[in-house]
Amino acid sequence: MTIPDVTFQNVSKTFGGSPVLNDVSLSIAAGEALCIMGRSGTGKSVTLKLMIGLLKPDSGSICIHGEDIAVIDEDGLSRLRHRMGFLFQSGALFSLFSLNDNLALPLRRFTKKSEQEIDHAVQQQLDDVGLGNDRHKMPSELSGGMRKRAGLARALILQPSILLADEPTSGLDSVTAGEIDDLLLQLKEKGKTTMVIVTHDICGVRRVGDRLAVLDGGRIIAMGKIEDLQKNESALVNALVSEQGCHEK
Amino acid sequence: MSLLNTLLDFIGNLGLFTLRAARRAFLPPIEWFMIWQQIGEIGWRSLPLVLSSGFAVGLVLTLHTRSTLIRFGAGSMIPAVQSLSFFNEIGPLVAALLVAGRVGAGIGAELAGMRVNEEIDAVEVLSLDSFKLLVIPRIIACILALPILTVFMDVAGIAGGFLAERSASHISLHLYLNRAFALVSWATFIPPTLKTAVFGFIIALVSSWFGYNATDGSQGVGRAATNSVVVSSLLIILTDVILVKAIFFLFPDTAI
Repeated sequence: MTIPDVTFQNVSKTFGGSPVLNDVSLSIAAGEALCIMGRSGTGKSVTLKLMIGLLKPDSGSICIHGEDIAVIDEDGLSRLRHRMGFLFQSGALFSLFSLNDNLALPLRRFTKKSEQEIDHAVQQQLDDVGLGNDRHKMPSELSGGMRKRAGLARALILQPSILLADEPTSGLDSVTAGEIDDLLLQLKEKGKTTMVIVTHDICGVRRVGDRLAVLDGGRIIAMGKIEDLQKNESALVNALVSEQGCHEK
Repeated sequence: MSLLNTLLDFIGNLGLFTLRAARRAFLPPIEWFMIWQQIGEIGWRSLPLVLSSGFAVGLVLTLHTRSTLIRFGAGSMIPAVQSLSFFNEIGPLVAALLVAGRVGAGIGAELAGMRVNEEIDAVEVLSLDSFKLLVIPRIIACILALPILTVFMDVAGIAGGFLAERSASHISLHLYLNRAFALVSWATFIPPTLKTAVFGFIIALVSSWFGYNATDGSQGVGRAATNSVVVSSLLIILTDVILVKAIFFLFPDTAI
């Protein structure tokens, strides 16, 4: 039996006395794309931050590639993070660095590539997200959609086996959102990257996701294939998975 | 009681932050690019402010002291009073307070903005040490830049003083400089100038602490900028008292 890439076992997290996640368990197989939906403030982004060790759970265990990141040492966490990419909601590009340096920085630090190889890898990655001609721009010169695409390029520069994406299409027009979904879909079709995508965009979920988990009140109230969730009795789940406004591509 | 708790909490957290900075500063990799960039940002870009302020303060200082010194028959001491005032106290303190205002607010707001925009999280996610990448270079740059800026402040202050004195008494530059440096020794110049390295450390440390630990979105950014300036200015003035006493102890001649 293969070990799932990501496993949550009875994970709880509290902020200032208010429970954000309550006894959450889930597992994500290698190469799978799990989408997480739910109302704002139900712990979706916290789930991602727990997965990459930016936050520690109050209780329960979180295993990435079979290693519990809640108890792992700093070197072990660093090693695991090299195999993970994180796309932040705002892109979170380093404002002091050009787009080129944003992508080159992890390559310079964690690989033995020559400057020429780094240059080539950065160009390739930027070409993949359609920003090949913008590599010398500063983040402040990029639009919201370009920042998200640049953030995705940086998240993928070390060729991670797990990609965590926090609302990759929020605040974008439907065309740009579709382009981001296309990029995620291409990644999925290569079949090497496990994806966890927090989103409010059911159209993106339908295109990219294999399974959908719905969080409410800090608990997973429904999880499964989207077509199965359409039959769910919960009004919230039904509202979230309704097809309104989605167009097949 | 809660105010005392907040104060003790702040002192404790700032102490831990200082220890973390001291421990990480000497661990590889040294972020040369970031240090160089921050020296440019903190030092080079503060230069116009420091030069213009130093010139204005020097000019005003001479205008104020001139009449008093002439009344006591000590008109020839005007250049020496000017240079000693600047080298000993006005240059270091005013340069530090100006930098605290410009750079302290900048560091506080910049790091708080990075915290709010998840840039610091993004650094951590890439397995980079955000503290080494963002805080240590600012501390090193401030420590290096402040003494240099102080020298420029001193020079600008003496130039301002000369202009004021020249317009009143038509003194030559040669005579003014001779009189200005007659009482100046290394002991009256080096220790006060070097004490600004401590001020630089305070500015960068306090501002980085407020920025790095900012919360509450855009409100937090504003609060971090304001607190950085207020607290670092206050600590500079308080530390100056201790450092002046220390300089007097180590160099007794300067206390006469």
